[in-house]
Amino acid sequence: MKLESERRGEIIVIRAMDDRIDAAGAIQFKERMREIIAEPSQRVVLDMSNIGFLDSSGLGAVVSVMKALGPLRRLELSGLTPTVEKVFRLTRMDSVFIIHKTLPEGLRNAG
Amino acid sequence: MLAERKATPEPAPEAGATWSMTLEGNPDAVRDGLRDLFSCELLSGLTEDSRGSVEIVVAEVLNNVVEHAYAQYTGKIDLRITRHPAFLAVKVADAGLPMPGGELPGSKLADVSDLPEGGFGWFLIRTLTQDLSYRRDGERNLLSLSIGVDNIP
Repeated sequence: MKLESERRGEIIVIRAMDDRIDAAGAIQFKERMREIIAEPSQRVVLDMSNIGFLDSSGLGAVVSVMKALGPLRRLELSGLTPTVEKVFRLTRMDSVFIIHKTLPEGLRNAG
Repeated sequence: MLAERKATPEPAPEAGATWSMTLEGNPDAVRDGLRDLFSCELLSGLTEDSRGSVEIVVAEVLNNVVEHAYAQYTGKIDLRITRHPAFLAVKVADAGLPMPGGELPGSKLADVSDLPEGGFGWFLIRTLTQDLSYRRDGERNLLSLSIGVDNIP
C-alpha cells in the first residue's frame, strides 16, 4: 500500500496511490496511516480518488485509522469512487466521516 | 493460481455463459481472482453500479472463506458464476471448516456511532444478493446466491 503525504499548513493530506484497500492490504494500510498521523495536525484528509475498490476489511481499516486520530480530529475522506462510495453508503459509515467530493479548495495540488 | 478459467469470447455474453476458476484460499489470491474476473468478458455490458455490486459480493464471500473456513488450515476455493439476463448466479465451494451452527451468520449491523471495525461483510452480502443458501456436503461448504444486475441499455 503506497501512501503519499504532504503537509499543508495545519492539514495533512494523504493520497492513496494503490487502486484498492482490501483484505490483502488492510493491515499495511493501517500501519502506514498510523505512522503518518502520529504527526500532530488540526486536520487529516485522505484522498481516495485512486481507490477503485474497498472491501469490508478495508472499511474496517479506515475506521480504525479514524479512531487512532483520537477525539479531537475526524478523518476526512475525499474523492470516493462509485463502488467505494457504495460500500460507505450501504454500511451507513458515510455518516461517520467528513466526506468531500473532491479535495477541499486550496489542497488540489497536494500529494 | 488460476487452475481453470473459461469465458465466452463475445463482448456481451449470452444467458448461461459461465466463468469458473479455482483459487488458493489466501487474500492475495482473492485479489488476483477478482482482477481476473473483472477483466474477463462475463461481466461486459453490465452497468458500473452492477459491476460494483458483483465485486463487493464476490470479494466478501471469498474473504469469508479465507478468514473463517480456512482459519486453521488453507485449501482451494471453487468459484463459478453464470450470467442470466437479470442476475448472476454465484456458487462458491471450499473444503474448510463448516459455518458455526451449520448456518449462515446474520446480518445485523453494529451501531455506526460505536465505530465498528468489522461485521460489514455479511451485511453487504445480504443487502446485495437474493436466494442465499448454504449447505455442508461431506467435507465441503457449498454457498450459492444470486446478484440482481442491470445491463447497459
